[in-house]
Amino acid sequence: MKYFYYPGCSLEGTAQEYDASTRALMGALGVELLDMEDWTCCGASAGEATSYLLSMVLPARNLALAEKTGIEADMLIPCSACYLNLKKVDDHTGRDDRLLDRINRALGEEGLAYNKGIRPRHLLDILATEIGAERVAGKVERRLNGLRVAPYYGCQALRPYEEFDDPQFPTSMEPLIEALGAEVHPWGMGAKCCGAGLMTTKKPVAISRVGELLSAARGADCIVTVCPMCQMNLDSFQGKVSRSAGEDLGLSVLYLPQLMGIALGLSEQDLKLNLNFAYAKNLQQKISAIPLAPKPHTVGLKQGNSHQAPA
Amino acid sequence: MKETAEHGAHAPDPMLALREKVEACMQCGTCTGSCANASAMDHTPRQLWRMVQLGLKDEIFNSKTFWLCSSCYYCTLRCPRGLPLTEAMGALKRLAVAEGRLHEKKSIRFYRAFLDNVRRYGRIREMDMMTRYFISLKNPITPVSFTPLGVKLMVKGKISVQMPDLFKAGKLDAIYRKVRELEAEA
Repeated sequence: MKYFYYPGCSLEGTAQEYDASTRALMGALGVELLDMEDWTCCGASAGEATSYLLSMVLPARNLALAEKTGIEADMLIPCSACYLNLKKVDDHTGRDDRLLDRINRALGEEGLAYNKGIRPRHLLDILATEIGAERVAGKVERRLNGLRVAPYYGCQALRPYEEFDDPQFPTSMEPLIEALGAEVHPWGMGAKCCGAGLMTTKKPVAISRVGELLSAARGADCIVTVCPMCQMNLDSFQGKVSRSAGEDLGLSVLYLPQLMGIALGLSEQDLKLNLNFAYAKNLQQKISAIPLAPKPHTVGLKQGNSHQAPA
Repeated sequence: MKETAEHGAHAPDPMLALREKVEACMQCGTCTGSCANASAMDHTPRQLWRMVQLGLKDEIFNSKTFWLCSSCYYCTLRCPRGLPLTEAMGALKRLAVAEGRLHEKKSIRFYRAFLDNVRRYGRIREMDMMTRYFISLKNPITPVSFTPLGVKLMVKGKISVQMPDLFKAGKLDAIYRKVRELEAEA
């Protein structure tokens, strides 16, 4: 199993722990990630708001880079906004030849060409449909019994493209969470918006969105996310959100690969758990109280570097 | 799949192209009922589409509604007419700038700073981008509201100060230039 890996800008900066934990988890699950050295930004939401053509050319450049290698593989994308932008190019060019031609005239400046040969896929899609809960369960070394987890899907992994889950009532994370031994916090908010980029341009509005989510998640030990924007909004503004709500809404928020990595026995350093803003002491204690118990068939296997992602 | 490719770039009048996109709106209000941010908007999404159908440019571009769209795609998913409403919100942001309706300085300058950063470096350098954004605002209040987060991010080593490459050619200059050229010929 191998995929081109498109981390996107956030995963190099504010979401380093998402990058680290995704690579570590994929390594542990025996998935090979192919790095593309020269990747560039997908344009995020600024592209669409500024120039339609640029918002198509920027993601297409990355797909063209992957095509150039001649390797046949899908592209794994952990960031939902990047995923949507790359997916959009694939979709829009499928119905507009003139657009494909214009994109390629722009990419021609760098000697690149985009031929719709690569399928962009969200990390959650690959975890849920390609790898599957069963394979994950077989690798669990620390069953997260008694842990209540609120799965948060956000928007752009689910909508508008209905690729791997129900776009309004998603469930794809549930078997994965249960495979870890944890239990799913039923909250019905998994597909609601976190405010996304409004946190920068219309802060009070985004603060209310996050407040709604954090209060609905009460009773859970943590929220898990699959998007750097969702994570940033949910974990970095909890003080402000709590002040504006008039109550303490603090709650641990982890990336899904971090939680899965904990259950698979990966180290805190590999998962960069020290970089989360909201990884509460009580959750840390709860997790460290669970003993690391290798399953019988993994005893004797080489430990240590076996989960390292290939370069 | 409901999203349609952009026709605006090909049509002579982008405002007309947008009107075509929402022409079939029957004012049912499902978009408004599905919108996470409707309560913060001055006009509901349903009202906005009516304004677009009627070509009420002043009302449209004086409204903050489309700047409050966080692209969650709920309206697009649920629209019984299958209209690409989230894309239409995006198109309005572009049109507002093209029309010189620059009331939403924060949003416009943020997007501009973002894309300029991409042109320079290929990838976002958060610190560099936010600094340029704040400078472009010429308003000390906004940066202050982001200081706590900036400090937290620096402490965690998630953002770092990098010397800006002021005099180097931008990583994506050629592609940006070509895109502008292609847009001008359409």
